[in-house]
Amino acid sequence: MTPGIPKHIEELLTAHRRSFLKTAGMLAVGFAADATALLAQNPAPSANAAQYTDPDFHQLDSWIVIHQNNTATFYVGKTDCGQGTGTGFRQLMSDELDIAYDATTCIMGSSDITVDQGGSGGSTAMERDAWPMRRVAAEARRVLLEMGSARLGVALDQLAVSNAVITVKSAPSKRVTYGELIGGQKFNVTLTGNNVNMVGGIAKTKPVTEYKITGQSPQRYDIPPKVDGSLKWAVDVRPPGMVHARNVKPPYVGAKLTNIDESSVRNLPGFIKVVSKGNYVAVVCEREEQAIAAQKALKTTWQKPATAPFPPSEDLFKYMRAATPTSTGRPRVTGNPDQAFAGAAKVIEAEYEIPFQGHTAISGAHATADPSNGQMTIYSNDMKSYGMRNGVAQFLGMPRDKVRVVWMEGPQGYGRTAADDAGFEAAYIAKEIGRPVRIQWMRNEETAWDTKGPAFTVKIRGGLDANGNLVAYDYNARSLDYNHVGYNEPDSVLIAQLMGVRRDRPAAGSAAMADDMYAIPHRRMSTEVVSLPLIWETPLRTGNLRDPNGPQSTFAAESFIDELAAAAKLDSFEFRMKLLQGESTDDSGFKRARSIAALKAVADVFGWDARPSPKAGGKGNILTGRGVSYTFRGQSVIAQMAEVEVNRQTGHVYVKRLACAYDCGLVVNPESLRHTAECAMLHGLSRALHEEVQFDNEKVTSVDWITHPSLRHADVPEKLDVVLVNGDPKPDRPDLAPYGGGEAAMKPTIATVANAIYDATGVRIRRAPFRAPRVLAALKAARV
Amino acid sequence: MSKITLKVNGSTHTVDVEPATPLLYILRNDIGLQGPRFGCGLGQCGACTVIINGQAIRSCITPVSSVKNEVTTLEGIFTNGKLHPVQQAWIDEQVPQCGFCQNGQIMTAKAMLDKIPNPTDTQIRETMNNTLCRCMTYYRVQTAIKRAAKTIAENKQAGRKGVAA
Repeated sequence: MTPGIPKHIEELLTAHRRSFLKTAGMLAVGFAADATALLAQNPAPSANAAQYTDPDFHQLDSWIVIHQNNTATFYVGKTDCGQGTGTGFRQLMSDELDIAYDATTCIMGSSDITVDQGGSGGSTAMERDAWPMRRVAAEARRVLLEMGSARLGVALDQLAVSNAVITVKSAPSKRVTYGELIGGQKFNVTLTGNNVNMVGGIAKTKPVTEYKITGQSPQRYDIPPKVDGSLKWAVDVRPPGMVHARNVKPPYVGAKLTNIDESSVRNLPGFIKVVSKGNYVAVVCEREEQAIAAQKALKTTWQKPATAPFPPSEDLFKYMRAATPTSTGRPRVTGNPDQAFAGAAKVIEAEYEIPFQGHTAISGAHATADPSNGQMTIYSNDMKSYGMRNGVAQFLGMPRDKVRVVWMEGPQGYGRTAADDAGFEAAYIAKEIGRPVRIQWMRNEETAWDTKGPAFTVKIRGGLDANGNLVAYDYNARSLDYNHVGYNEPDSVLIAQLMGVRRDRPAAGSAAMADDMYAIPHRRMSTEVVSLPLIWETPLRTGNLRDPNGPQSTFAAESFIDELAAAAKLDSFEFRMKLLQGESTDDSGFKRARSIAALKAVADVFGWDARPSPKAGGKGNILTGRGVSYTFRGQSVIAQMAEVEVNRQTGHVYVKRLACAYDCGLVVNPESLRHTAECAMLHGLSRALHEEVQFDNEKVTSVDWITHPSLRHADVPEKLDVVLVNGDPKPDRPDLAPYGGGEAAMKPTIATVANAIYDATGVRIRRAPFRAPRVLAALKAARV
Repeated sequence: MSKITLKVNGSTHTVDVEPATPLLYILRNDIGLQGPRFGCGLGQCGACTVIINGQAIRSCITPVSSVKNEVTTLEGIFTNGKLHPVQQAWIDEQVPQCGFCQNGQIMTAKAMLDKIPNPTDTQIRETMNNTLCRCMTYYRVQTAIKRAAKTIAENKQAGRKGVAA
């Protein structure tokens, strides 16, 4: 049996945990067998209306429980979107606590039993949020050693500890286990630190060199229950008396609801109620298929807006170029770019376009809300469950301590579940009708109305000197990101917008600059944000999509570096290496040195053939080529190479090989990180080849997997290589920090593929995605 | 509403529902299974896949009244109390990220391997092509299918030897 606690007993642990904190409980539930028995005894939430108070991050007991059977449960304020972060936390905390990995479990992300670390987002799991966990586990070990010293009557320096057993160094038979010292009891130790990120104790964390479990690849504990069907997901929660709701969205964007004809559904089987306020409409029925039928059958009348909410997607970039910016970022300037351009031997210029791309989770937004006892429990896969708890409490006007979010697993949304609409909707309807409600968005609703990664246009100009050196650079990115949706904001979440209880002030949004360590003596980078005509109650609302803005800016920046290399008739890999080895002294975080190491490593594994692009002499229908690109995200460095086949007759692009070298600093679980990088690269490939939101001037027309296509099995490269570089110049330095691993690996993929297509065909495609008709048109225009 | 009797994973269930109700909702909401999940309701993604008569079927677009044979779900492919070799291969290759679509990946792969014990790369890609994963675990899904095929072949070989002995 896997020692990990499957999520389906999390609810049990919720109940157990609360009683533990109250009574310093004597139960030692750590493992599935015990827990399942308890679950059977107590399947429903407690009828006793307890307050959902915040676990105190200053209490060691909020983080770690040692059980009588000498096992430990870690409670962390994070959620796992599928990258195995829970396993990583267990590895780090087990190392610090000196306990076997298999003797631990990890509970995550439920607002009333785990401290608020914000849930997940921004690839911060290992980089930032594992630090308090490490310090707290180290502190627990220190406290246990002191207790052991008192129990055994031996000075601290005479003790050794391993696998949760403290022994006297000179007489190893004298021993006491953690479980014997404190099993089932509270530590009652107060921690220090001004906020949850700074929490710690007296103990110091171990140097990396003393870690035994960290750096190994234990299998992810969440995988077996995902494979055998035993995992209880957020979609599987069914409180007694639960009913089903479905939304009825406006058929035209910006439309005003003028009438609901309830008689159209009143006689449908299982019909309970139409819930509506402002332009928000939902139907509630006893059974799920009944709610879906009522959603289709409900007759509503809407008044179209006087002006179009947005231009049709084919005119999007024309619209963006003509728009007046809503904000302009402060430019970043090095040297004197204007003067350098004036003196350049050759100036080239290009503009790149990337459309709205959807989050399009594999299943629609969903949540179940239970309003029993005047409280509100929301079962949700929101990656920021704590934010949902706060947001829903405000939205409903309920005290925070009456509202909790129980985090459970769900379809990965890459940022979408941080702007989760369904939790608010379920809670609102549950409060209205006084029964537990499950809501789920249908496919067309999710694909059309989920949050979008913003569309970008990026103009870049570069000046080369007579020797092909890049001496002047001017980058300007324009992003359609005005009114970017925040996380669980009660006044910007979609239901609040539709109800007309939204804020007045839109979020400013942002664009992004190029992230590279190139030594370019004269450089200017600037950003602008533009807006669509309609910014509220629109499905073209932007939100954080995995590596927000990174793939867009990097597509442009790294395509352009390739264009410069081609203009200088130099190999594109060598061109980059030369730029990285320039004379700048700026090398914060060893990022320049690590950039060089990553590029070298990917060239090694890929077998880069150095020559200028494009490749000459391609014959037959299939043209082949290779491309490179590189960037960083925060402190993580990523270099990629791809080999492509372009079908001259059809325009179809197949990426045959994709390789990356990834430097995320300290690697906690190499196998897990490799897998995450593989999948992130393929997510990037999906955005490079397929993903694009299309719309006419009254609605989004991308509504399913045909009209917003995604990568498929047939698109998968024959070979994927991930090299974990750890290119830190001091790889054994004891304080080597982990950097973010979840997002950076996808960041350069669109550019890598674009550069490989150029190498294969000599045609530069500056508009993503590279769908076959677009590529074919470009090839034909260039007479390839 | 009408009474419909279904055999699922070896057990018989009678439900009183609209005959046109997609099988998926009966499996999930009446029988309490968690393997098949709603992804699209359009038969496009495969998250709802079950096996009927050896075929991988999209339960989200299959009216319950049309089901005449036994339904096997992810929970029902255990053999002799052990994980099916496909499931074991999924663990060995650490396939899932979020895992939400993996019911479809596993059930589609299982149905394929029952018919084609030793599929080529092309057969794997073609058979699996309409089974979507938004975490993009495809590369490991394909690797795991080959591993499972190998295990199944080895088990058969061992079985034959066992009989001969």
